[in-house]
Amino acid sequence: MAETANGTFQRTIAALVQDRPGVLARIAGLFRRRGFNIASLAVGRSERSGLSRMTFVVEGPEEVVRQVAAQLDRLIDVVEVHDITEQNIVWRELALIKVRANAGKRGEILELANIFRVNVIDIGVESLTMEISGGRQKIDSLIELLRKFGLEEVIRTGRVATLRGTLVEGEDDGLFQSDASKSTYTLPTATGESGSV
Amino acid sequence: MLKHLTGSEIVCEALIKEGVSVVFGIPGGAILPLYGVLSKYPALRHILTRHEQGAAHAADGYARSTGTVGVAFATSGPGATNLVTGLATAMMDSVPMVAITGQVGRAAIGTDAFQEADITGATMPVTKHNYLVMRADDLGRTVHEAFHIARTGRPGPVLIDIPKDVFIEMGEYDPDESIDLPGYSVPGMADEAQIDAAAALINQAERPVILAGHGVVLSRSFDELRELAEKAQIPVVTTLLGISSFPEDHVLSTGFPGMHGMAYASLAIDQADLIINFGSRFDDRIVGDAQRFSTGSKKIHVDIDPAEINKTIHVEAPVVGNIKDVFGQLLPKVKKTTHVEWLQHVEHLKAEHPSLRIPESDRLMGQHVVKALSDVTKGDAIITTGVGQHQMWAAQHYQFKNANSWLSSGGAGTMGYEVPSAIGAQVGNPDKLVWSICGDGGFQMTMMELATVVENRLPIKYAIMNNNHLGMITQWQSFFYDGDYQAETYTGNPDFVKLAEAYGIKGIRVTSQDELESAIREANAHEGPVVVDFVIEKVDDLYPMIPVGQSIEELIEDPN
Repeated sequence: MAETANGTFQRTIAALVQDRPGVLARIAGLFRRRGFNIASLAVGRSERSGLSRMTFVVEGPEEVVRQVAAQLDRLIDVVEVHDITEQNIVWRELALIKVRANAGKRGEILELANIFRVNVIDIGVESLTMEISGGRQKIDSLIELLRKFGLEEVIRTGRVATLRGTLVEGEDDGLFQSDASKSTYTLPTATGESGSV
Repeated sequence: MLKHLTGSEIVCEALIKEGVSVVFGIPGGAILPLYGVLSKYPALRHILTRHEQGAAHAADGYARSTGTVGVAFATSGPGATNLVTGLATAMMDSVPMVAITGQVGRAAIGTDAFQEADITGATMPVTKHNYLVMRADDLGRTVHEAFHIARTGRPGPVLIDIPKDVFIEMGEYDPDESIDLPGYSVPGMADEAQIDAAAALINQAERPVILAGHGVVLSRSFDELRELAEKAQIPVVTTLLGISSFPEDHVLSTGFPGMHGMAYASLAIDQADLIINFGSRFDDRIVGDAQRFSTGSKKIHVDIDPAEINKTIHVEAPVVGNIKDVFGQLLPKVKKTTHVEWLQHVEHLKAEHPSLRIPESDRLMGQHVVKALSDVTKGDAIITTGVGQHQMWAAQHYQFKNANSWLSSGGAGTMGYEVPSAIGAQVGNPDKLVWSICGDGGFQMTMMELATVVENRLPIKYAIMNNNHLGMITQWQSFFYDGDYQAETYTGNPDFVKLAEAYGIKGIRVTSQDELESAIREANAHEGPVVVDFVIEKVDDLYPMIPVGQSIEELIEDPN
C-alpha cells in the first residue's frame, strides 16, 4: 500500500454500484461515520446498464483504510468491490487548468504544454485553458510550473483506475471481495421461517 | 399468480407470506391507509404500543426471543423518528427487524410538508438497508427483499418507507417472484483452507478458550458449541450477549469477561494461548486496551461478517461463514482431547477470583434481588434488561438454564429497552415466564408501555431495581470525576406500586431481604402482570471492574 508523505496510507478501491437515488449518500455516510478520508472520488455510469462505477482513493492509518473495501461490501447497493491497490492497475486523473497568458507569455506556456503533451482547449486574450490527463505527479508538476504565470482556476477530477489485462480469479485473498454471483432466494411459505440462500 | 391489489393490501399479503403474525405499532395520518385494510387480514395481530420506541423494542424482543423477524409500524415524521433508537439498538446487536413507515404523499416529498421527515436519510446509519418505495408495483418485491436482508447473513433491521398515496395506489403483486439482489451474498460454509488453519490451531493449543458471542445465539448453534467444547475440553467464556448460549451449570462454563464480567473469565482470556471467537465482534467492553488484550494468544475469529475480521483485534485465523455451518465443518477436524492442566488452572481461577460475592449487608442489595429471582425461577425465565448496574447484576447473578433466554441491549446500551422488549418476548412466548429487570431510570423512559401490557393481558413481571439513582452514573462519577455527583439522583420518583395500581396492575413493594422470596413467588403465582418495586441500596461499587480502555492489569476485583 502506498505510504504518503505524512505517514498515512493510500488505497485505491474500485466499486460497481447500483445506479439508484441515494447510493452516493449511503457511501458518503459510511465514509463519514467510519472516519474514512476520501482523497478522491470518481463516479460515472458503467458499461452495464443500471450500474455505475466508482473509484475511490482513500487515505488514513493503515488499519483504518484496510477496512474500507470490507465496509463498502456490506452495503446492499454495492454490487462488487475490489481493493486494487496492490494489483497491476492503470489509472488516470484529469485536470483543466486556466492560466493567465497574455501575448508576451503565451509562447512560453505553449512550449510547456507541448512538453507535457497537453491539449490547449481554449485561448482568450488574457488566459488559456489546458487539459491534462495522467498520473497525479505529472499533473502536480505542471501545476507547479504554471504557478508563476498566475493560476486562475484548477479543476481536477478524481482518479479512475482499471486492472491491466485480465484479472485472474483466485488471486485475491477472498476476504474482502464481493462474490459477484447473484443471490437467488426462494420465498418462504407463510408457515416457515426458512428461506436462506 | 399475479394479483391486482392496493399498496396496503400488497404489504399485508407479503407480510403474511413472510410468516408474520404480529406487528407492533401506532397509526398516524400517512400510514392510515395500511391500518385501513388490517381488518381484512386477521392473520396479522396488531399490538398498539404507546410510543413508537416501544413498538421498535417490542419487535426487537419478539425477534430475539423467537428467532423470527420482528415487525414495527409507524407513521411519517415524528412517528418514524421515534423508531430510531429502536432501530439503532437492533442494528448494534444484529437483530432481524422490518420497520414499515408511512411517508407524506409523493407530490409532497421534499416540500417540508406536515409530518414529513427524511426517514431513509435519517436511518441509513442504523439500518442494514432501507427503502423508499415510489410505486405500488414495487411493494411486494421490496417487502420480500427486506425480510431476506433482515434475517440472512448478519441479521439487522430494514426500514421500508411508503408514501401515503402508494398505499392507496393499485399495483401488481406476484407472490412467486424471486428477488434479485446482486449486491448481497450470504456467507454459508467457510473456505476449507480457513477451517483447516483453525482446526490446526485448536488441535495444537494447550490453553484454549472459546469466546461465544451473539452470533452463536443468532445462528442457534447451542448444541454445536457444546459439542465442540466437550470434544476438545475447552472452557467457554460467553460475551454479554452470548449469555445463555452455553449452560451456566456446565463445568466448562467460565462466565462472561470484560468491564464488569467475572474476573476469572477475563483472566482466562488473558492467560490463554488460543482464543476461539465464535460470533463476537471483540467489543471494546471486552477488549479494553486493544494493544494489551490477551497478548500471549493466537486468535481464531469466526464471523459471518467479513468486515468484523481484523477490525479491532488482529487475528491469525479468520473464518468467514455462517457459524452453524462452520461448527459442522470444524467438528470432524477437531481432535478429541483434554487439557487437564489448563482446566485445573481455570478451576483454580474460579476459586481464587469468585467475582460474584454479594456484599454483606442487612439491607437489600441489587445482587440479592437477582440471586433470589434466579433461585426462585430456577433459571427458567426469559430475562430482559436495560443498561446499567441492574443489567450487570442480572448478567452476573442470574443462572440461565435455557438457551436464548437473555435479552439485553448490549451494543447500543439503551436505557428503557427492558420494558417494551419484555412485551415482545411475552407475545412471542405466551407460555413462558418473562421477568423484566429494570433500573428505576430506564423504567421511567418507557413505562408508558404498561398500558400496552394491560391491554394485551401480558403476564410480564417487572422487577424495578429502585435506588432513586442512576446507579452506573454514580459509580463513574465516584471513580472518574472525584465523587462530584451531578444529575444522578432521582428525587421525584413516583410510588411505583401506586403507579402499577393506576394501570390496574398488581404492585408489590419489597424493602428487605426477608420479603424477597415470598414476593417473587407471589408475583410468579399471579396470573396477570406484576410490578415489584425492589427498594435497594444505592452503591457506587459494582465489581469486578476493568475501567474503560484499560486491561486486565487494571482489574479491580473487590476492594472490600
